[in-house]
Amino acid sequence: MTTTAVRTRGTARGPRDSLMSRTTAMIIMSVFTVYFLLPIWWLFVASTKSTGDILTSDPLWFADPQLLSNLGDLFAYRDGVYLRWLGNSVLYAGLGGLVATLLAGMCGYALAKYHFRGREFMFSVVLGGVLVPATALALPLFLLFSQVELTNTFWAVFLPSIVSPFGVYLTRIFAAGSVPDELLEAARLDGSGELRTFFTVSLRLMSPALVTVFLFQFVTIWNNFFLPLIMLRDEALFPVTFGLYGWNTQLNQIPELRMLVLVGALVSIIPLVVTFLSLQRFWRSGLGAGAVK
Amino acid sequence: MKHMRKAAVVALLSSFALAACSSGDEGSEAAASGSGADAAGGACAPAGEDVTLSFTTWIPGIEGVVDIWNEQNPDIQVEVQTGPNGLGGTYQNFFNQIEAGNAPDLGQIEYDALPNFRVQGGLEDLSACEDVVAAESEFVEWTWSQVTLGEESSIYGIPQDSGPMAMFYRKDLFEENGIEIPTTWDEYAEAAAQVREAGGYITNFSQTDINQFAGFVWQADGQWFSTEGDEWTVELDSDPSLAVADYWQGLLDEDLVATYPAWTDEWNNAYNSSEVWTWVSAVWGANSIASGAPDTAGNWAVAPAPQWEEGGTDAGNWGGSSTAVLKGSEHMYEATKFALWLNTSEEALTALNEAANLYPATIAGLELPVLKEGVEFYDDQPIYDVFAEAAKQVVPDFTWGPTMTQVYADASDGFKAAATGSGTLAEALTTGNQKTIDALNAQSIPVAE
Repeated sequence: MTTTAVRTRGTARGPRDSLMSRTTAMIIMSVFTVYFLLPIWWLFVASTKSTGDILTSDPLWFADPQLLSNLGDLFAYRDGVYLRWLGNSVLYAGLGGLVATLLAGMCGYALAKYHFRGREFMFSVVLGGVLVPATALALPLFLLFSQVELTNTFWAVFLPSIVSPFGVYLTRIFAAGSVPDELLEAARLDGSGELRTFFTVSLRLMSPALVTVFLFQFVTIWNNFFLPLIMLRDEALFPVTFGLYGWNTQLNQIPELRMLVLVGALVSIIPLVVTFLSLQRFWRSGLGAGAVK
Repeated sequence: MKHMRKAAVVALLSSFALAACSSGDEGSEAAASGSGADAAGGACAPAGEDVTLSFTTWIPGIEGVVDIWNEQNPDIQVEVQTGPNGLGGTYQNFFNQIEAGNAPDLGQIEYDALPNFRVQGGLEDLSACEDVVAAESEFVEWTWSQVTLGEESSIYGIPQDSGPMAMFYRKDLFEENGIEIPTTWDEYAEAAAQVREAGGYITNFSQTDINQFAGFVWQADGQWFSTEGDEWTVELDSDPSLAVADYWQGLLDEDLVATYPAWTDEWNNAYNSSEVWTWVSAVWGANSIASGAPDTAGNWAVAPAPQWEEGGTDAGNWGGSSTAVLKGSEHMYEATKFALWLNTSEEALTALNEAANLYPATIAGLELPVLKEGVEFYDDQPIYDVFAEAAKQVVPDFTWGPTMTQVYADASDGFKAAATGSGTLAEALTTGNQKTIDALNAQSIPVAE
């Protein structure tokens, strides 16, 4: 079929085609939505069941819902160690994400707006960092942290989390496009120092990109499993993902943990959902801004 | 010029941490070369001062047990750290920490992983401690040989728990259908045919629990590994091993056993819905059934495992751990004192059993009051009496290899193929044997031809 033919048919039966393509799009999207939401639905339903019912009742429908008592059990188990883990995760991911965003923003801004010797080389090195998977760095990091006796501490997970080469890349591209040189020139003429310009002018212009970087980094840290696995021994420092994993490996021995793992998993996705919903407004404008330029 | 300098500062700040990452390789080499030097150890003398030991394990609820010790022993305090189970990451962490020279004093290591740590030089030899040597007679004989690894004068851990095997069976179904409870494997195969006629499966053959299969081989007096000096002999395809494989292959060929992947919902459901009638499993399996098949409460009973010879009394074992002192610990004396208390004293064994269903490895431990009671799920049968008998009948001297993770993975691949009809269990073992030899060679572990 040639392009002309398509075009002719397209104009002749435009409305119908668009209805059809809309329907098709809707169907495809609905299928994917169901596909993505089904596991969450399963998780929610399973979280409301007793340990016995999880295995024996219909996996996609309720049986004697007891979500509240399950939640009570979860928060009470071993003196509320779960809440501690959740708090740790929020701290690692929230604080780590913020610091990482700030550092990446500064770095990307500097690479975009200042001309200095070795700039492109430095940028290439950072880009190289994007290609190295975090998992591959975990063991070297462990040996490094062992040398300075920082393993099994808060810093062992926090320090590696505040680095985001991808963030540097994104903010550089974004700063180059969205922070006009003229504006910086004007700020300088008005006597503003470089740092002040960065924090009062540039940072705001870059905010959509920064939100994106923060979200990415937040999710990355939240889901980072291998690093805590290698670095931490003290249960009081575990993030929630690693703590749940530990419980999950003990199911053969203590089958009652199954219910706690499921409820724990359900609760642990809430902070992610909240973060996304509250920041997605910025995120959308961030991705769009890059697209039209 | 001024803004350029600041720019450099900003950029440097951001890339500082990155640079720290990329220099990690040098760090690891330095650590590797340094780790050889700090392996002092050897002596088993009291420190003469207050000591704090670190202990990594994955036994749920062990904190409460350690608290009992800490209250009674202000001079030897134990800090317990729990994480995922051995293969779930803790073993790898031990190896990393041993390399970095900051391993915990004590670690939980399953029997089948001890040779791996031994070969990698990750364990302190406890034979220098008189108390440990003297404790041998307290343990069930075969558990002790699991920690000496067949060496005359070395001890690499204190046995903690064991998993003697027996047969769980649905006494109601066997009774209703007039089927005799099998006492030999021949009778078991006959019963399998009768059960199939009645619409069920006699058991589920797990393609992934290779250590269950190892338990069967163990019971048949087979070996998978043996050592002479530093040399390893690999015999996954030894005669008893192949005989066990052929037996199960026969059941598979005639569709007399189910083949659900173990520990999944389908598997639990097969037991819960009365599709599967027996399970030859370890003592800790009692809980797996109770939680996985709650609707069948009161219908199960436990009998000794079927025998290869009529009137035989051999048992296999599935699972069990030791408490080992990891390389680099400076407090072997105190560490072994604690480990002996943890694994031999009645109060600790009772607490461990209550917290995590651990089944003791000591002779006296088999007679714990908590293990004498009837169990509700099993219609108040005192099931642990059966396991106590089995524990004493486990064939001694079964040896694990230094690369069990690889063995399990390779055998499991072959077993999965066999369960779906391509290949046989015997072929899986023969292939696994060669792959194991290759793996040992690849790690420069000497293999006897």
